[in-house]
Amino acid sequence: METRVRKLNTPMLRDWLMSYLFLLPAFGFFLLFVAYPMLKGIYISFFNYSLRKFTFIGLDNYINLFHDEVFLKSLWNTTLLVIITVPIVIVFSIFIAMNIYKKKELARSFFRGVFYLPAVSSVVSITVVWGWIYHPNYGILNYITGLFGAEPISWLGNTHTALLSIIAVLITTSVGQPIILYVASLGNIPTSYIEAAQIDRASSWQIFRKIIWPMLMPTNLYIIVITTINTFQCFALIQLLTSGGPFYSTSTVMYGVYEQAFKLGNFGMASAMGIVLAVVIGVISIIQFKYFGSDVEY
Amino acid sequence: MSSSVQADLKTRLPSSKEIRKKQEGSIGKVLSNILLVIATLFFLFPFYWIVTGAFKKQTVATAIPPEWFPVHPTLENWTQLFKNPVWRWTLNSFIVSCGEMIAICLVASLAGYVLAKKFFPGRKLIFGLFVGAMALPKQVILVPLFTMLADFGWVNTYHGLILPAIGWPFGVFLMKQFSQTIPSEVLEASRIDGCSEVRMFSTIILPLLTPALGALAIFTFIGSWNDYFSQLIMTRSTSMMTLPLGIATLQGEFTTDYGIMMAGAALASVPMILIFLVFQKAFTQGITMGAVKG
Repeated sequence: METRVRKLNTPMLRDWLMSYLFLLPAFGFFLLFVAYPMLKGIYISFFNYSLRKFTFIGLDNYINLFHDEVFLKSLWNTTLLVIITVPIVIVFSIFIAMNIYKKKELARSFFRGVFYLPAVSSVVSITVVWGWIYHPNYGILNYITGLFGAEPISWLGNTHTALLSIIAVLITTSVGQPIILYVASLGNIPTSYIEAAQIDRASSWQIFRKIIWPMLMPTNLYIIVITTINTFQCFALIQLLTSGGPFYSTSTVMYGVYEQAFKLGNFGMASAMGIVLAVVIGVISIIQFKYFGSDVEY
Repeated sequence: MSSSVQADLKTRLPSSKEIRKKQEGSIGKVLSNILLVIATLFFLFPFYWIVTGAFKKQTVATAIPPEWFPVHPTLENWTQLFKNPVWRWTLNSFIVSCGEMIAICLVASLAGYVLAKKFFPGRKLIFGLFVGAMALPKQVILVPLFTMLADFGWVNTYHGLILPAIGWPFGVFLMKQFSQTIPSEVLEASRIDGCSEVRMFSTIILPLLTPALGALAIFTFIGSWNDYFSQLIMTRSTSMMTLPLGIATLQGEFTTDYGIMMAGAALASVPMILIFLVFQKAFTQGITMGAVKG
């Protein structure tokens, strides 16, 4: 080993040095703006940290969090958001992808584009128009439901409908990427598999269940994991549509982090909330990998 | 619903299995196509509502029953909107998005190439750190990041908005994935020709990476334009606001003045939608490439 190193000596060392130089900018920015803030976040979560104070308080932030009704409510809302949104996003995306992947290139691009539009548009535009659609007096939704004889509803102002109304918007902004990925992986399934099954008179459902679904597993895993991570971090829709109200019925953990840090100035508390959220997301990602990853061949 | 239709069908149709199966298939197809059209309309409607709303007078916009199409279109909303520093916000958005785009493309292609094609101690560890960080929730680091930038005095500055975004390793990951597809013979041939490493990268590698760079550029541009949370916490003054943020603050002023708000909404999104439509192919490629397991 030693002789090899000595033999390869200068050109090899130069090569290593060049590699490190090429890596330096990316790694430097990563350490400074991702790795360090992550560690700092853990550190300040043990402090009572506001504009004036910075005192060590141990686990008090965490203890207070789990006695804080608003936080527990936010945690529950966030969980609901994930439990409802993720399965709908998956089913809807697969349905759309199954319908468009065999279409001609132009039609396929058109539909892919349509379902990606909400994801590519600014969340501000989305919330502005949905705020109007949902408006109790001037909104078109109440007009339409009124045609069927329903009473007008304050969609975003009612504790029963606010979270569901937000979920509907969240779904439209979440399906773009999954549809693109499903169309791509459906296109990669060899047609001979499906043709062989059709010759054997398999029903469409059987073909889907026994051939298509297993072959989609790697894509499923990826999409479930990223959709879950993104849904857990839902913030902008909440802040712009309801600011967590009414009565915290739409407050999420991420919204709580924002409120604690940037409205109340409790950076320590906000960091603790962020850490709790990161741990929850981490644990759930691991479970998803274990559960869905078992069918995946690497 | 579809199952009950199919059940009806089974009782009515002649008993031949072949016909039944064919009929079921085509009815299912018609049904799912109808659902596809409904979903498409549902997704397009908000955009139709933004564009038409932007040309409706205030009284028309809040009228019930609603006017489905602006019969007497007006430009009043736009003149009202442009009484705000909209040009400045647009400029800010372009500066921040372009800055991030250029920096990330440069930094990521250098690192991605090296991680894919070179062997040196620590290579696996560094790549592992990048990938591991990508699985973490991005927004969770915003609070400590903000306190850090506040200590630097970077809040409410362009570099405070641009530089932190370069640290996010998605671009490196994407470029590494793509660099792996470059055949090693190309690199060896140029090495034998005595090409210096820097020249080799700029004359041979970069041109080969162009398709991936295109995808990454569009990706980061749109991502940065729409990164609402970071912009919200990093900007303080009206003159430093980005376009989406500026439009969001108008909401407080023009609560139910929907015509003006729709004009703002259109302005904040139309550039991104155009970029997406023009470069859809590269964009789609980028998404699929980034998802491939490495």
